[in-house]
Amino acid sequence: MKKRWMLALILILVMGMLTGCHGRRSEEAFEMPAQLDEENPIEIVFWAKNDTNKTQRDIYYKAIEGFQKLYPNISVTMRLYTDYGKIYNDVITNISTGTTPNVCITYPDHIATYLTGSGTVMPLDELMADPKYGLGGEALKFDAPIQEEIVPEYLGECRIGDSYYALPYMRSSEACYVNKTYVEALGYTLPETLTWDFVWEVSEKALEQNADGTFKVNGQQVMIPFIYKSTDNMMIQSLMQKGAPYSDEEGNILLFNEETTQILKTVAEHGKSGAFSTFKISGYPANFLNAGQCIFAVDSTAGSTWMGSKAPLVDIAEDKIVDFETEVMTVPQYDPSAPQMISQGPSVCIFHKADDQEVLASWLFAQYLLTNDIQIAYSETEGYVPVTRKARESLEYQEYLAAAGSDEEVHYDIKIKAVALVMEHTEDTFVTPVFNGSASLRDASGQLIENVTKAVRRKKTVDDAFINDLYEEVQALYHLDQGGLGASGQEQELGTLPGEAVALITLLAAAWILIISLALRERLIKPKE
Amino acid sequence: MKKALALILTMGIALSLAACGNKADDSAKSEGVMTYAEYAAAAVDTEVVVETYVQAKQSWWDNKATIYTQDQEGGYFIYEMACSEEDYNKLTTGTKIKVSGVKAEWSGEYEIAEATFEIEDGNYVATAVDVTDLLGKDELIDRQNQLVSFKDMTVEAVAYKNEEPGDDIYLTLSKDGNSYDFCLEYYLNGSDETLYNLVGGLEAGQTVDVEGFLYWYEGVNPHITKVTVK
Repeated sequence: MKKRWMLALILILVMGMLTGCHGRRSEEAFEMPAQLDEENPIEIVFWAKNDTNKTQRDIYYKAIEGFQKLYPNISVTMRLYTDYGKIYNDVITNISTGTTPNVCITYPDHIATYLTGSGTVMPLDELMADPKYGLGGEALKFDAPIQEEIVPEYLGECRIGDSYYALPYMRSSEACYVNKTYVEALGYTLPETLTWDFVWEVSEKALEQNADGTFKVNGQQVMIPFIYKSTDNMMIQSLMQKGAPYSDEEGNILLFNEETTQILKTVAEHGKSGAFSTFKISGYPANFLNAGQCIFAVDSTAGSTWMGSKAPLVDIAEDKIVDFETEVMTVPQYDPSAPQMISQGPSVCIFHKADDQEVLASWLFAQYLLTNDIQIAYSETEGYVPVTRKARESLEYQEYLAAAGSDEEVHYDIKIKAVALVMEHTEDTFVTPVFNGSASLRDASGQLIENVTKAVRRKKTVDDAFINDLYEEVQALYHLDQGGLGASGQEQELGTLPGEAVALITLLAAAWILIISLALRERLIKPKE
Repeated sequence: MKKALALILTMGIALSLAACGNKADDSAKSEGVMTYAEYAAAAVDTEVVVETYVQAKQSWWDNKATIYTQDQEGGYFIYEMACSEEDYNKLTTGTKIKVSGVKAEWSGEYEIAEATFEIEDGNYVATAVDVTDLLGKDELIDRQNQLVSFKDMTVEAVAYKNEEPGDDIYLTLSKDGNSYDFCLEYYLNGSDETLYNLVGGLEAGQTVDVEGFLYWYEGVNPHITKVTVK
């Protein structure tokens, strides 16, 4: 009798656990509240990213403070990251446990992976269009932009399939920070738009050495003329400029093609001579540039405050910094008449929650991040541009741009030149198709350049056979050879199961073993009764 | 006769002990393995094979381990070595490992990259060597990646990487009027709350002894593992 009770108890327990699991996964559909609850406390969690920059952190806190003043019953708790990758990993882990944040700084590539979990990221179309609480809605307590005031290229980047899943928060691109002094010392004049041919030619010339082994151009023992920070961007932009395939909207992987092979062979040629290296292999481009050990340093415009001999942020000893004139240019191009550069920078998404009021509060906070005060203040911290025309065209922002070079902090000229470059080329920017697996494809494209560069430095021969092997290796490493990555991809990418999930599965299995054992035992014992 | 026999036996035992002593010398390298001097002399981007001992583990992620190791001659920083989580758990302080990889340099830090390893018999735990007198001198780099100590340093500044607890802590210490950058690497010591709170709470003007691994980033940048406030 006791055993039957125990069996029943275990069954109830297991049923309860199963129900608990089920409840986490099947959130009910969101229903737009007619009215924001301004009486009961609502708590939202915001995961943000900064560039190890105190001012950026302070701006987030200021945004929270300002928002909470307007909506005193909503409390925003922030968790700060300095790395998008860490946010991505933590979100993936928390999707499994149903503990995602409410609002999160992210990249559309990452959202595509988040979407493989059910009921995760909120589609924003309904929220954006709501007359009361939508973009610039009539019931908002702050001056938010209307949809048309968000730069359309940037908003478009947040569209995945048929819906918007994020709002753009800040935008940047890459720039080539050039030691103009050395270029001219080598007998060249900078063209209006940098080309790959020009960069390679000057870089090779810069390798000429004196009899004592020092480089003629800088008199030092170190010179890496061309350093690229983000080699995934290098490959993606090269392919785009060449009109070569990379991927498509259906999630097909097109990276491993003949143009890619040609790009890799060129990289190998200049990697072998020592004219080219990467951040992962040698270090931060800014450190080499500022020490007079690099001529073409490609990095994000959001890293512009580290660039130049008078940079407000430096990581090398003061006595290592050399004096030179810095030019901020577009990344090298294959066709200078039609420059193309990648659009990057953080977006903000909100996660589905069972409480519609919590979702609405999250949406209001995300929208608050697009107000002029936040947009302008944040963009001034680095080479970011505001994502709204409302902020870009404001008097305050125009005055900021006009004051370029008036000091070496807020108005540091290299930073404002980088910002101007991004704004001037807004229509020349592009993003790659977003699908489940696009983040891995991006990593793979950079890995090709890293591996080829490392190989030639290690005296290996980079030929067709090497590159074909490399393609196979990289496809396997990033699971690009498994097929099934698609726009609606439900494949992989969620990584290993988190500990809690493993524990739960183990517990379930143990419970079932116990149940079956008890049932069998009952059966075996019964005849004896 | 007995005396002679006793003498012969004694000599025999002494010789055997000496032979045993050599055999127990963990600093001896296996065939095909570099000495530290050979490793130090090897050019960047060449293949290296070393036998060394785990001194501290910095991180494990995605089947890659980053660890500080050292033998009786010098230190080896092993960056993102291929390593399962199961094997990572076997790497306790002192564990002897044979590492094959490529010597690399990143912002002044010499490391073994793209490494694989196997665990061997043997154990060695390094004690910190006082290198205070080498601060500001070129010879300091010869101690790179070793467990070292600095005595009677003055705290100049303490700053959290992200301006708030939860990440690395940058510590500026001075000696004889010259300042040096130290770092409490969060992944190396993050779980040691006592140390983290102690370093985060240091105030300018305090005198401290510090211990740590002699990491390099655009100059000397020790990763501290122990702090004693005087």
